[in-house]
Amino acid sequence: MTDLNRLTIAAASAGLAKGEFSARELTQSCVDAMDALSDLGAFITPTPDLALEAADQADAKRKGGEDVPLLGIPLGIKDLFCTEGVQTTAASKILQGFVPTYESSVTTNLLRDGAVFLGKLNLDEFAMGSSNTTSYYGNVVNPWQSASKPDMQLVPGGSSGGSASAVAARLCLGATGTDTGGSIRQPAAFCGITGLKPTYGRCSRWGIVAFASSLDQAGPMARSVEDCAILLGSMAGFDAKDTTAVDTPVPDYTAELSAGVKGLKIGLPREYRVDGMPAEIEQLWQQSAQWLRDQGAEVVEISLPHTHSALPAYYIVAPAEASSNLARYDGVRYGFRADAPDGLPEFSSLEDMYATTRGEGFGAEVQRRIMIGAYVLSAGYYDAYYNKARRVRSLIARDFTEAFEQVDAILTPTTPSAAFGITEEPSGVEMYMNDVFTVPASMAGIPGISLPAGLSSDGLPLGVQLLGRPFDEVGLLRVAQSLEDAAGFTATPQLMA
Amino acid sequence: MAQTIKGQTGEWEIVIGMEVHAQVLSESKLFSGASTTFGKAPNHNVALVDAALPGMLPVLNEECVRQAVRSGLGIKAEINLYSVFDRKNYFYADLPQGYQISQLYHPIVGEGELTIDLEDGESRTIGIERIHLEQDAGKSIHDQDPHRSFIDLNRTGVALMEIVSKPDLRGGDEASAYMTKLRSILRYLGTCDGNMEQGSMRADVNVSVRPVGSTELGTRTETKNVNSVRFIRQAIEFEARRQVELLEGGGEVVQETRLYDPGKGETRSMRSKEEAHDYRYFPDPDLLPLQLESGFVDALASDLPELPDEKKARFQAEYGLSAYDAGVLVAEKDTGDFFETVAKGRDAKLAANWVMGELFGALNKAGTDLADSPVYADSLGGLIEAISEGTISGRTAKDVFASMFETGKSAAAIIDEQGLKQISDEGAIESALDEIIAANPAQVEKAKENPKLKGWFVGQVMKATGGQANPVVVNKLINQKLG
Repeated sequence: MTDLNRLTIAAASAGLAKGEFSARELTQSCVDAMDALSDLGAFITPTPDLALEAADQADAKRKGGEDVPLLGIPLGIKDLFCTEGVQTTAASKILQGFVPTYESSVTTNLLRDGAVFLGKLNLDEFAMGSSNTTSYYGNVVNPWQSASKPDMQLVPGGSSGGSASAVAARLCLGATGTDTGGSIRQPAAFCGITGLKPTYGRCSRWGIVAFASSLDQAGPMARSVEDCAILLGSMAGFDAKDTTAVDTPVPDYTAELSAGVKGLKIGLPREYRVDGMPAEIEQLWQQSAQWLRDQGAEVVEISLPHTHSALPAYYIVAPAEASSNLARYDGVRYGFRADAPDGLPEFSSLEDMYATTRGEGFGAEVQRRIMIGAYVLSAGYYDAYYNKARRVRSLIARDFTEAFEQVDAILTPTTPSAAFGITEEPSGVEMYMNDVFTVPASMAGIPGISLPAGLSSDGLPLGVQLLGRPFDEVGLLRVAQSLEDAAGFTATPQLMA
Repeated sequence: MAQTIKGQTGEWEIVIGMEVHAQVLSESKLFSGASTTFGKAPNHNVALVDAALPGMLPVLNEECVRQAVRSGLGIKAEINLYSVFDRKNYFYADLPQGYQISQLYHPIVGEGELTIDLEDGESRTIGIERIHLEQDAGKSIHDQDPHRSFIDLNRTGVALMEIVSKPDLRGGDEASAYMTKLRSILRYLGTCDGNMEQGSMRADVNVSVRPVGSTELGTRTETKNVNSVRFIRQAIEFEARRQVELLEGGGEVVQETRLYDPGKGETRSMRSKEEAHDYRYFPDPDLLPLQLESGFVDALASDLPELPDEKKARFQAEYGLSAYDAGVLVAEKDTGDFFETVAKGRDAKLAANWVMGELFGALNKAGTDLADSPVYADSLGGLIEAISEGTISGRTAKDVFASMFETGKSAAAIIDEQGLKQISDEGAIESALDEIIAANPAQVEKAKENPKLKGWFVGQVMKATGGQANPVVVNKLINQKLG
């Protein structure tokens, strides 16, 4: 059977269960796809041999009568998750050659449920970026091409750019991502796939290289709402090793997918209508609202008054935490250590070793954020920046709490634009603007999902975002499924295996 | 009485605040399951989170929280039901995370107090500002290789309580009394072993001076990591004198971190304020704020052992001991317990004298301590009984004690073996005395004229009874017969 790699997880699971094909055949088709489209740069460390071995084991287990939710399903793993015995880099030079002796809790859960790992996916260095152009291991290319400039390579978004590109190009059936300010949802939108950022505390952060601890959250990226629901069911769960993980039962996330939206109230926040947003994004937003209305939902305009403060506050909180989280990469114990200068046998001082190692080991964007973070935490500025940002954060959370007293879900665009060219990458603040719609939910810790709802006039996918109540992923996925059904998005990228 | 320094321009008052780091007694570290056992091979007690591997997260050890709360209760402090762990950021090779998890803004224990007992019998109450929990750092070893430094992470992440006093101490005597008392309380509670040689307790000593009468605080220096009571006193005395000389010479005290060198008996500058780190404290986002139930605190409070001050008061009331004796006996919980076993149902004052006199003297001479005493409390009690009952004299008792200390045998066994039992039977003594009187009529006459010569008869009776006659009885009978 050909094109097994193009199946959804739900379809592949059904096929495996019926014995229509083996996990090995399914995995082989993904491995072939990875070979064929290696130019996308989606993987930092592909592990085809380990994958095929795992697939054989899955087949053997199935023969033995074992049936776990993801048995034999080939997935890609963002290279921010520590994987036992497989190099884990966070896309940084500073972690080059680092091979963990431990497996992250989320990937442990996936392995428990029978998943097959194809390798480690590229990302922005330490998950800092919205274009996957900050990786030490090279850019990731979006498999979509625009109608007007088909030769121009587009960014896949970031930071989970490798995950989004690989899922869109059919190199894997699904992937793990992490989202700190939009790192699952924005690349999902750019690559025409579905990505879910769960409630903060839903998935354990143990074993995930930390960027901003109070925001980081793992989530699934796949080609359907249902696949995201299936993956989340495995990834989520309490973990005593992460005290911020919440001890609440993991429901069956697929249970209410077909329940529809009749009688539900959907809010459109007026503050998400930003200056300079392309008309086609506004149109798609309204179209999505109409689709939900058509299925019986009531759509109302709501207000999230502190939306405009979310991005500035995020760019204080996240770099502050990052500046501290990344202090451990010092060349002393693992990963990269710079050579002493001028062929000298040793550094003149410990500080010299730190500075040289961190100067050479971290890329420009990571260094920028470390400096911003150190600055906003420094004596005399702490109250003006960090403490104020924390206060803003609680106001943002309150906005959502109040909104969810009124509505069951919130509908917004995912990004203010479609994917842009790698070479036309905006700089600085303009780049940070990419996260303007995704950051507020991160700051509030609420779940959000992006799904493809249409194409831009230039033929590029555009995503819409649904936000839900904390720990109500079931309700969120239910609305998302209705929207997916109505949107009927079937377009595929130009580069697809 | 506060110590002052007489300078050339006048008298100076010494103002001291102490930050004592006390290692929490717990099986495992503050945020990891690694063992806290002292003396393991380097890097033996290291969990992944201690070595700050990517993606590792701290999980708070409840036992350490319990110990910190109990310590707070032991100094009558307010327990903060809400506390927060903050990160203190700085780079050092033995600090793998690049930050220490501590509690800056919301410590677990608030204001408390502690009474210090001074040598002149005075007591003073010293305010305690706070106790917070924090991680210890690892150890850098620089003296094993000319080119390389080595790192031992065994201590990394071990729980410390930082106990911060108010600037209420007024000299080296008070500071060392404070440290001694704090150590005693923590050892009673079992929250810190107080083992200063192993670094389980060490102090940062903030010293400033001001003219007597002044109410403004002078510029202070902080002498770091002083690890014995004696060094604390020495460091303060040196540092205060240095500051007075500096100020009287027209100079200024620089706010800085200093180090005490016990070899030279002096403090030296480590780094000045300009080089001081900006620690960029912020709440650790890996850890939720710590919220305690009041029931949790109440349960710990009701389970608290008797502490030195209460025990001292009880010893005075119950056993009629002097404040000084009671103070000596309660300084260590084991000593107090030992004393009570000896004193139970016996002459308590005699028991106190024997514990503090003969026993401490012998232990000291043998270079050992109470835990390894060859004389158990029960045996010493037996000796006290023998004295009280008149079985042996106080003089003989010292010899018996020496044998007990040497052999570990009971007092009764030694008295038996050596035939030391005192003769108190008046009949036996009387017949011996009668024989002596009959044989020495001339001495009898002389003694009747000069009562001082009665002593000769005492000696003769003792000789005749092999030294076992009860001298009280002997004297009584001689006075009767030669009176």
